[in-house]
Amino acid sequence: MRKMTKAGWATMIGMIALAILPPYFLLTGQAFYVDLATRLVILGIAAVSLNLILGYGGMVSFGHAAFIGLGAYAVGITSYHATWGGFDLIASYNGLLQLILALSISAIYALVTGAISLRTKGVYFLMITMAFGQMAFFLFQSLDVYNGDDGLTIDVRSELPFINLDSPMQLYILSYVSLAVAMLLVKTIVNSRFGMVLQGAKDNNERMVTLGYNTYFYRLAAYVISGVMCGYAGFLLGNFTTFISPDMMHWTRSGELMFMVILGGTSTALGPTLGSSIFILLEEILSSITLYWHLPFGVILIVVVMFVRGGLMGLFKGKGE
Amino acid sequence: MAPLLKVKGLMKSFGGVTATDNVDLDVIKGEIHAIIGPNGAGKTTLISQLSGALKPDAGTVLLNGSDITNKPAYKRAKLGITRSFQITSLVMGMSVLDNVALAVQANDGHSYRFLKPARKIAHIRDKAMENLIKVGLRKRANDATSALSHGEHRQMEIAIALASEAELMLLDEPMAGLGPEESALLVAFLKELKGQRTILLIEHDMDAVFALADRISVLVYGQIIATGLPDEIRSNDAVRHAYLGEE
Repeated sequence: MRKMTKAGWATMIGMIALAILPPYFLLTGQAFYVDLATRLVILGIAAVSLNLILGYGGMVSFGHAAFIGLGAYAVGITSYHATWGGFDLIASYNGLLQLILALSISAIYALVTGAISLRTKGVYFLMITMAFGQMAFFLFQSLDVYNGDDGLTIDVRSELPFINLDSPMQLYILSYVSLAVAMLLVKTIVNSRFGMVLQGAKDNNERMVTLGYNTYFYRLAAYVISGVMCGYAGFLLGNFTTFISPDMMHWTRSGELMFMVILGGTSTALGPTLGSSIFILLEEILSSITLYWHLPFGVILIVVVMFVRGGLMGLFKGKGE
Repeated sequence: MAPLLKVKGLMKSFGGVTATDNVDLDVIKGEIHAIIGPNGAGKTTLISQLSGALKPDAGTVLLNGSDITNKPAYKRAKLGITRSFQITSLVMGMSVLDNVALAVQANDGHSYRFLKPARKIAHIRDKAMENLIKVGLRKRANDATSALSHGEHRQMEIAIALASEAELMLLDEPMAGLGPEESALLVAFLKELKGQRTILLIEHDMDAVFALADRISVLVYGQIIATGLPDEIRSNDAVRHAYLGEE
């Protein structure tokens, strides 16, 4: 057995804390903290998905929130029609059906936007992914059927076998397990042959092409995997908030996701989860102290990024790593 | 005998500068064919067009008789052309062994394999290690690539070219920046390789070139002014005038 690194310990302790604390809060009647933890864990999944392409693939996507929106609207729209009629083809409370819809729409959206965006690099890639994200944002804003800007209330949560999403604890457990699986999945992918090619192309694309890898398609595959994972986070988020609006897809949301990944530490297993946790907790704590919480929030984030190399996970790096 | 690589009428210009001017070149299977020429003669530009990194303006490139002029670099690699870089080009964030393993992996079917840890695939790791041993980097296998010296990076370039098992190796100044001892080792090493691989060698080190090459082509201002056996080149007046005479 390999000796565990500091980062490995930190990951284990962090995940154990997320497993133990929320049930404890629920038992002691502090339901609010369970809500907080659920949000943090779901956004953690989104950040983990973004880390696959941003951290390991070097693709700085500024439109990832679109996938959250697509996943959430897959729940919202099907549920809406099941309640109010119309669009019989997809009207349903069936969670599995909604999930399949959320994931396949995310996959198609990722395939199309990725195929175009990945023709560019660097800041152009960033701009074009952001443009696609905003397109999705404006599309849903213009859909009056679903209240456009005002958003949509989900009256009935997804109905899943064995799991009742109306129970905060069960929703939390599902989200937590999903996060753990997502982290494991990304770790597995990164260490696979595919992951080696992806990381090689991030570091030195010319070399990889010279070796015979068509790096474009490897990147595209990673982009689609990441998009589908993020769509799944959207599916959970829709069920958690039971209110969805185009605002979920706004570019500032994509920026927040990006910030979580960078804050926690790109190209690390726990980084994105740590980033989303600190981000949400800071937001919560500061906004309870002052109305003008954005200012200290911004300062703290800047200090971390400037002085801790490799994000917060950089703190757990051993010597010579 | 048909040449392994046949270049006909290759042209490439950047703005007003003609970097490759109607180049014809045959590389015969198994030979070490050196291209020499003064700085700025267009040697690297020529290699880049052969590897697919640059697209020629005109002309054709044939590999084993089939036209690869419009094939992108990754396809040419699959067809058996590999190159080393004049300016070291490695995946710095990975270990030495990882770098070579990526070259082995490229010839081991597609890499859309997501589950099995790449570093635990024995036949890939073993083969990568074999090639590292060949160039004398066994002890450095698990070190970070960025921690190696320039000379070791040059050795890695060779190990990667070997590991890719390409029929045709385009080596762009493999001795660049090496000390005399390291150069001598590399020359000895390439000599051993003679006959097993076909090598198109760009090199400034004349001792190395005349020690290794079966044939030499001289490139001046984008044009090949002479091709021949080393002795012919040595005694060729135009070459002496354009290049060797300067020394």
